[in-house]
Amino acid sequence: MPEIKVTPLGAGQDVGRSCILVSIAGKNVMLDCGMHMGYNDDRRFPDFSYITQNGRLTDFLDCVIISHFHLDHCGALPYFSEMVGYDGPIYMTHPTKAICPILLEDYRKITVDKKGETNFFTSQMIKDCMKKVVAVHLHQTVQVDEELEIKAYYAGHVLGAAMFQIKVGCESVVYTGDYNMTPDRHLGAAWIDKCRPDLLISESTYATTIRDSKRCRERDFLKKVHETVERGGKVLIPVFALGRAQELCILLETFWERMNLKAPIYFSTGLTEKANHYYKLFITWTNQKIRKTFVQRNMFEFKHIKAFDRAFADNPGPMVVFATPGMLHAGQSLQIFRKWAGNEKNMVIMPGYCVQGTVGHKILSGQRKLEMEGRQILEVKMQVEYMSFSAHADAKGIMQLIRQAEPRNVLLVHGEAKKMEFLKQKIEQEFHVSCYMPANGETTTILTNPCIPVDISLGLLKREAAIGPLPDAKKPKLMHGTLLMKDNSFRLVSSEQALKELGLAEHQLRFTCRVHIQDPRKEHETVLRVYNHLKGILKDYSVQHLPDGSITVESILIQATAHSEDQGTKVLLVSWTYQDEELGSYLTSLLKKGLPQST
Amino acid sequence: MAAHLKKRVYEEFTKVVQQQHEDLSAKKLRLTKPSKSAALHVDLCKATSPADALQYLLQFARKPVEVESVEGVVRILLEHYYKENDASVRLKIASLLGLLSKTAGFSPDCIMDDAINTLQNEKSHQVLAQLLDTLLVIGTKLPENPSVRMRLVEVACKHLTDSSHGVRNKCLQLIGCLGPVEKGVAKEAENQAAKDVQKIIGDHFNDQDPRVRTAAIKAMLQLHERGLKLHQAIYSQACKLLADDYEQVRSAAVQLIWVLSQLYPESIVPIPSSNEEIRLVDDAFGKICHMVSDGSWVVRVQAAKLLGSMQQVSSHFLEQTLDKKLMSDLRRKRTAHERAKELYSSGEFSSGRKWGDDAPKEEIDTGAVNLIESGACGAFVHGLEDEMYEVRIAAVEALCMLAQSSPSFAEKCLDFLVDMFNDEIEEVRLQSIHTMRKISNNITLREDQLDTVLAVLEDSSRDIREALHELLCCTNVSTKEGIHLALVELLKNLTKYPTDRESIWKCLKFLGSRHPTLVLPLVPELLSTHPFFDTPEPDMDDPAYIAVLVLIFNAAKSCPTMPALFSDHTFRHYAYLRDSLSHLVPPLRLPGRKLVSSAVSPSITPHEDPSQQFLHQSLERVYNFQHLDPQGIQELLEFTIRDLQRLGELQSELAGMADFTATYLQCQLLLIKALQEKLWNVAAPLYLKQNALASAAAKQILEETYKMEFMYSGVESRQVVIIHHMRLQAKALQLIVTARTTRGVEPLFGMCEKFLQEVDSFQRCFISELPHMQGSFVDKLLDLMPRLVTSKPSEVVKILQTTLRQSTFLHLPLPEQLHRATANIIEPTGESDNPLRFTSGLVVALDVDATLEHVQDPQGTVKVQVLYPDGQAQLIHPKPADFRNPGPGRHRLITQVYLSHTAWTEPCQIEVRLLLAYNSNKSKASTRIPKSTWSESLEALPPSENGIEGTIPFSKPVKVYIMPKPARR
Repeated sequence: MPEIKVTPLGAGQDVGRSCILVSIAGKNVMLDCGMHMGYNDDRRFPDFSYITQNGRLTDFLDCVIISHFHLDHCGALPYFSEMVGYDGPIYMTHPTKAICPILLEDYRKITVDKKGETNFFTSQMIKDCMKKVVAVHLHQTVQVDEELEIKAYYAGHVLGAAMFQIKVGCESVVYTGDYNMTPDRHLGAAWIDKCRPDLLISESTYATTIRDSKRCRERDFLKKVHETVERGGKVLIPVFALGRAQELCILLETFWERMNLKAPIYFSTGLTEKANHYYKLFITWTNQKIRKTFVQRNMFEFKHIKAFDRAFADNPGPMVVFATPGMLHAGQSLQIFRKWAGNEKNMVIMPGYCVQGTVGHKILSGQRKLEMEGRQILEVKMQVEYMSFSAHADAKGIMQLIRQAEPRNVLLVHGEAKKMEFLKQKIEQEFHVSCYMPANGETTTILTNPCIPVDISLGLLKREAAIGPLPDAKKPKLMHGTLLMKDNSFRLVSSEQALKELGLAEHQLRFTCRVHIQDPRKEHETVLRVYNHLKGILKDYSVQHLPDGSITVESILIQATAHSEDQGTKVLLVSWTYQDEELGSYLTSLLKKGLPQST
Repeated sequence: MAAHLKKRVYEEFTKVVQQQHEDLSAKKLRLTKPSKSAALHVDLCKATSPADALQYLLQFARKPVEVESVEGVVRILLEHYYKENDASVRLKIASLLGLLSKTAGFSPDCIMDDAINTLQNEKSHQVLAQLLDTLLVIGTKLPENPSVRMRLVEVACKHLTDSSHGVRNKCLQLIGCLGPVEKGVAKEAENQAAKDVQKIIGDHFNDQDPRVRTAAIKAMLQLHERGLKLHQAIYSQACKLLADDYEQVRSAAVQLIWVLSQLYPESIVPIPSSNEEIRLVDDAFGKICHMVSDGSWVVRVQAAKLLGSMQQVSSHFLEQTLDKKLMSDLRRKRTAHERAKELYSSGEFSSGRKWGDDAPKEEIDTGAVNLIESGACGAFVHGLEDEMYEVRIAAVEALCMLAQSSPSFAEKCLDFLVDMFNDEIEEVRLQSIHTMRKISNNITLREDQLDTVLAVLEDSSRDIREALHELLCCTNVSTKEGIHLALVELLKNLTKYPTDRESIWKCLKFLGSRHPTLVLPLVPELLSTHPFFDTPEPDMDDPAYIAVLVLIFNAAKSCPTMPALFSDHTFRHYAYLRDSLSHLVPPLRLPGRKLVSSAVSPSITPHEDPSQQFLHQSLERVYNFQHLDPQGIQELLEFTIRDLQRLGELQSELAGMADFTATYLQCQLLLIKALQEKLWNVAAPLYLKQNALASAAAKQILEETYKMEFMYSGVESRQVVIIHHMRLQAKALQLIVTARTTRGVEPLFGMCEKFLQEVDSFQRCFISELPHMQGSFVDKLLDLMPRLVTSKPSEVVKILQTTLRQSTFLHLPLPEQLHRATANIIEPTGESDNPLRFTSGLVVALDVDATLEHVQDPQGTVKVQVLYPDGQAQLIHPKPADFRNPGPGRHRLITQVYLSHTAWTEPCQIEVRLLLAYNSNKSKASTRIPKSTWSESLEALPPSENGIEGTIPFSKPVKVYIMPKPARR
């Protein structure tokens, strides 16, 4: 029985370090190659020694697919390709290919320059690694080799995020990466056709959550910002440079446009400008509104949002500032926060989750007096708001995707074990498909029942289809032919052609049978009697009496000779070919019953 | 180069509208050569190769064939059809057969047998499909021949087993269009295998080809449209099709399910995998709801649209569509809507400051959570959040229709509609605002909802703001804080967008009159009165102050205690506003003051309105002036005109009527003045100046009559006669004046003749009205007609002069409704001091935004005129799509005008105005006259003589400052 084997090296019952090995029909594919945010030791990268202890990885992997540019999906790529050693193709979408190196470089800088780590990949390695990348378009079927093909679908999570279908022959796996089923201000919703894969590997970050309408969230956000600005206060929005930041920018930009507001919006520079550039370029990857209106104006060419300068923070009057990083733990966002925290007219909006220990987490949990470095106490008088903008599919979205794709099996990754458990049970209950949730390093084997395509010659098909009722796609149909397995392909051909192709001579197989009949008359009279008898019974067949004294029924030959010892017994020799077996045996049984008493 | 470019631009954007004299239908069939079929025959025989033959046929197809020769042509074609070996030629012939049988007036039953025969030996699937298509055309041309239809259906059934999807497709289409619908026919044909078309079509629901499946469903729908009652058994089949792999099948299946749910709403269907049963309409509703989250957006749009028309669905199913259980980490969470509602009912104002305000509460039983609801759960929640705005609009529309029929649902869907006010696409926002307005009778806005609604007032799109004002006109607000909030936001809107003034005032008028009791406690605050101190008198010209007053006065109308709270200046302001903005300020009964309102007793019915009475009285007076001396007549006319004009300004509903009559009287006045000159008898050349006055008068009268005829909507033929009559008089006057001023006789001949022709055509056009015109100019003229025709120009002029003097003044009967076409250019405002700079020779687009009222067919008549300082005028015909129709009688023109000019040295102003184009050929009268009486004679007249095309300016010109810069080299 053919099988698909899946082994998560990361993201199995866990979030972060996504890396999943899939072997399907003799092909080995690695899905994503991410790092883990939570570790600073060897555990931050997947354990590639699982694939091979010594020797290049290239020999063991047919290709690597990266779903999107988040570091927990692509962070280990230079390490994997340059330091461990992999020269095979790496597939990702165009936007991912464009943005990925920026993030990797940033990651490298922080790790090496700031934390002073050694034995880390270098800028050159990132460049070399990106040279191995093959970019794919949406819905483009890419032949990795003769049998393995991959195809990308839109996933909506971040710019360029894609779901990948991996197909070998009739077996297929769909890997979702991270995806979002509800459209937001700058990206559309994930979509897949009814491809009925053998296995769907889905993320399950929000396996136990059903989210509220995004409109309420957006409205709340805008209202809060608007009110503060009208009061003359300043709004600080700490963000990470890519992804949500762009959504919030679009949101504020359109709101400013709509409401004709004049207060300035600033974006702290750095990564963002480069990233915004790519957002401008990859318009086809954004949502309907942006795609439709970009002819008039590219929404990412912000009219109201300007680059931030350190000095602006002290300017009087209302303003909105997006600043990095998102958790207020360091950098510009923290500096601005310290400047503005004392004024109750101001506001800080945390658009995402904050890790424990950061300033963001402290103020969100209600702490009003913060101890900063140098033992100074910062009193927070400004308003603190929390708004969650997250782009993962919730439980309903995951179910919706499963309904769209109609997989035969589901495998959950990228989520917490407890939550997966719930979703697994739901999936099994509602779709009646089996669902798996392997831990890291644990191999799941899924048996498949692939259909094997066979080529059939048109002549044969038409000939066989003409027999019997109209072909019905829903019902199996019986056909006669010869199955040729030659040159690794299957063909169904007619027997004559098979013989010809194989250079074999046709062998005739004849059955012969003697039937004794008691008949005292002369031979030719007996023959005549037999002839008349058969003619009377087999009205639909052509029964002929040949001049040489034999009878043919279709292609069956009957001859009569007198028994050598007993002249009263005639021996009827019936001979038929293998193809006429049915008629031949019927004839013999008929003759064995004897001739009717003649008058 | 630049000039060339400019010319090109003009060519592209100013459309030269040429009347197409060709009759469009002539394209169909109009050739008189009877030898058409013969020629074709010769051509086809000559053809040596299939390609040749195909060429001939293609050429032939370009020319129409007249009815008589269709049959012959068909025979020739059939003959060649049998001979032809090439499938493509046969295909073309088959399609030609179909085209020919469509010929109007041709009955195709004579060729039907042949057409059916051709089917028998045909091998090519494509040709077969085309032939079936031809049969379909033949069948549809013979609607009252059931036996033919039966035969065709039989033929189609026979070919249903064909292996090509195209043939099966056409067969199903044919059965759908021609299949027997009445029960009686079916019985009649029972001996013929008693074919049940529904069953035959139903069998193909499982066809292997998706196109055939779609065709089968469409055929079924077609049968339904033709009146056949579909069997309920189809329902289960259709339900299976909802899970089809192909979107067009699913889309058609959704329609079929909807049709069935409308046919059998109350039938009971079992729920699979349980013993329960539910009504069919509920089940169908659930299934269609499910399709709202389909993978294909086409299906989603279809499903969302159909949901709106399923009004029989039970309420708990309906309310489920808005239901979405939230959870977070397996704990139940309340939606933002629920939280808002709770805050509202607990009386606490939104805190929003607390971290974890929306923290999940109770634990959820894992078994009870249903992630994929089989039913209607959350369909609209999904639909409204969809990626494609088409789906969202469809969902909003459906929501609107359902809410209109169910008040409880309306209450529930409010939160979602309010959310849609913040959609990213303007169309969706607009649609949801309109929807809200439509269901506003059923709802009362909560304060937090009102807050969200009002936030949209700051939108920069005028459409949105105006729609919102309309919405606020008819919403119910629950608290006095709500009213206050609305007022504050509207005033904010007013300061931000001063052009919204009228709309905001109107909005406040309704808001006040709907909520008098809520306004009452706010009055002291709004008027900023103080119990002890006198407050300064507000500025009467402040639009914001007027807005507040409009709100208060309208509330005071049904709240008699309110005026007691007014301060002195308020009463004065009331009197002022009642006079200046009478359409916004209602009459009030104010204590201690005898106001106009006291004269109006409520028993008086609207059409005995004093102002209307006044109008009629003054007209009455004018029409009886016969016995007055000329001086008196003139004075009377002048006064009446003045009165009427003032009346028009005051009473907007009578403005059209008053203006119309005033214009008429003005014409009369001009005529009288012109004729009264005592110097007519003296030799002309001495009084050139006088003549200038008279000819100017004649010209003006002509202009005014065109205005009267084309600028007012609601003008009836009775008025048109009078207007034309006035015009005739003006022309007569013109003739007389010319006769006096010119010396030679030659030009007079032509003019006289033309005038007599006009009299003639007047008589022909308005022959039915002539009896009402006793003693008028025309009446007298027609009596003298035989003499006029024979006499010399000089005599004609003399006769005309006397007749003009002696003729009586005709009464102008007033129609029920009369409105003057008006236009108001909102943008450009004409206030900008910054010139619009552009490079000369290139173009600049100027946005023009205008409201039009009471303009009939604005697409055809309204034009934009741009007047350059050098006197050059440019006429622009806006695209039909630039006109929007926000309400009956109202239009909105939003267009772009392309300007270009050679370089100027300094900025200068150009004028932009709207013109109403007219064409006297298309006058309202001519459409009403029965054609038979005059059509022949009219054809004889050249159109240019009768049709005077012109334009009437009907908006105030707006000045735009522009500056074409010389191009930099």
